[in-house]
Amino acid sequence: MIRAVLALIARDLRLSGRVGGSGTLSLVFFLMIVALVPFALGPDLNLLSRIGPAILWLAAVLATLIGLDRLFQADEEDGSLDLMTAAPVPLELVVLGKVTAHWLTTGLPLALAAPLFGLLVALDGTAMSSTALTLLAGTPALSFIGAVGAALTASIRRGGLILAVLVLPLMIPTLIFGVSAAQAASGGTVPFLVPLAVLAALTLIAAVVGTLAAAAALRWPE
Amino acid sequence: MRLSVDNLACRRSGRRIFANLSFALGPGDALAVTGRNGAGKSSLLAILTGRLRPDAGRIVIADVGEASLPECLHAVGHRDGLKSSLTAGENLLFAQRLLGAPRLSPGGALERLGLGHAHDLPVAYLSAGQRRRVALARLLVCARPLWLLDEPTAALDTASQAVLAALMAAHRAEGGLVIAATHQALGLAGAAELRIETAAAAPVADVTEDWA
Repeated sequence: MIRAVLALIARDLRLSGRVGGSGTLSLVFFLMIVALVPFALGPDLNLLSRIGPAILWLAAVLATLIGLDRLFQADEEDGSLDLMTAAPVPLELVVLGKVTAHWLTTGLPLALAAPLFGLLVALDGTAMSSTALTLLAGTPALSFIGAVGAALTASIRRGGLILAVLVLPLMIPTLIFGVSAAQAASGGTVPFLVPLAVLAALTLIAAVVGTLAAAAALRWPE
Repeated sequence: MRLSVDNLACRRSGRRIFANLSFALGPGDALAVTGRNGAGKSSLLAILTGRLRPDAGRIVIADVGEASLPECLHAVGHRDGLKSSLTAGENLLFAQRLLGAPRLSPGGALERLGLGHAHDLPVAYLSAGQRRRVALARLLVCARPLWLLDEPTAALDTASQAVLAALMAAHRAEGGLVIAATHQALGLAGAAELRIETAAAAPVADVTEDWA
């Protein structure tokens, strides 16, 4: 059972690196948004470093949406989903494997690159590491919430826009606690651990609810 | 494995596609599902693979232990489940690891279908007939008792059709089951025929009553 899920994760990772995969695309998109902000706001370093964590988090939310619409749609179109239904594993585990692969190719690179991109918005060392830590804890929630929308729009052609409209409101709590945790680290009235713990809790809730809901949406497409 | 289907009915988007479909298959049996376009051949196969919920009726399987019906079958249809950017070998290896019960190696299965040279080629480079043969090679990399084939000879040349007929005969000789939706003779010796005939376009009476 574990072997089947590992095979699925390995295939999705391999696909994301091949032609037509979203591989490094979300990371480039993340960099573009973060790089655009200083041009729009002007070279006010104090302003940039104050809103820096918020910019990184906004960019992460938008970059997660890249490739999310193809998460299940690509498999639905070419019949791979029928293959996964026939596998001797529950559909919930299939969803868990696919979302894990999605996070490994989008959320994890974003979190790892955040300290580097923090330089563009004039973050100091503490703010950089805390933002990276909150992204590490919070981006799985974004992937799991997105998976529900991706499963619901799997059989709709051009469902990308509907997907964004569906899932962005659901990502708001994650965004709020992610940014407030990152800002709490660089001075504030709330200790850093409180919003971080809430963020981790949101990720765990999204992992359970998202997996079950996405599997239910995929199971009976009509 | 034994499969029996009792009074199966299918409804899609409020329209009755077929009703009162019954058949039973035992080890080594084959069933050719025929009917005109849109009669519901693919819908019947979709119900058996578990991708579509039947409107009524019962599907019972026996002699397979605790496995559910989707875990006992291979389905090869129009949507072949192959990823264009992966090689034929990678696609088959993934299917083998996902489905379990390994039998032939991906290379060996491709060899049997005359595609040994395509093992390291991305599926995107293959022609429609070659793609179909890679999908058929999936039947050989994992051992499963029931084969569901939807127009399996589409895009196949005559030599490959003969290979497929030989594979199906060997599968049945080992006690396997074959259900094929087709318009052509497949070389299934002694296969039962199930002809789906309904007025597919007629709306179901009780649906309109529901709305009234």
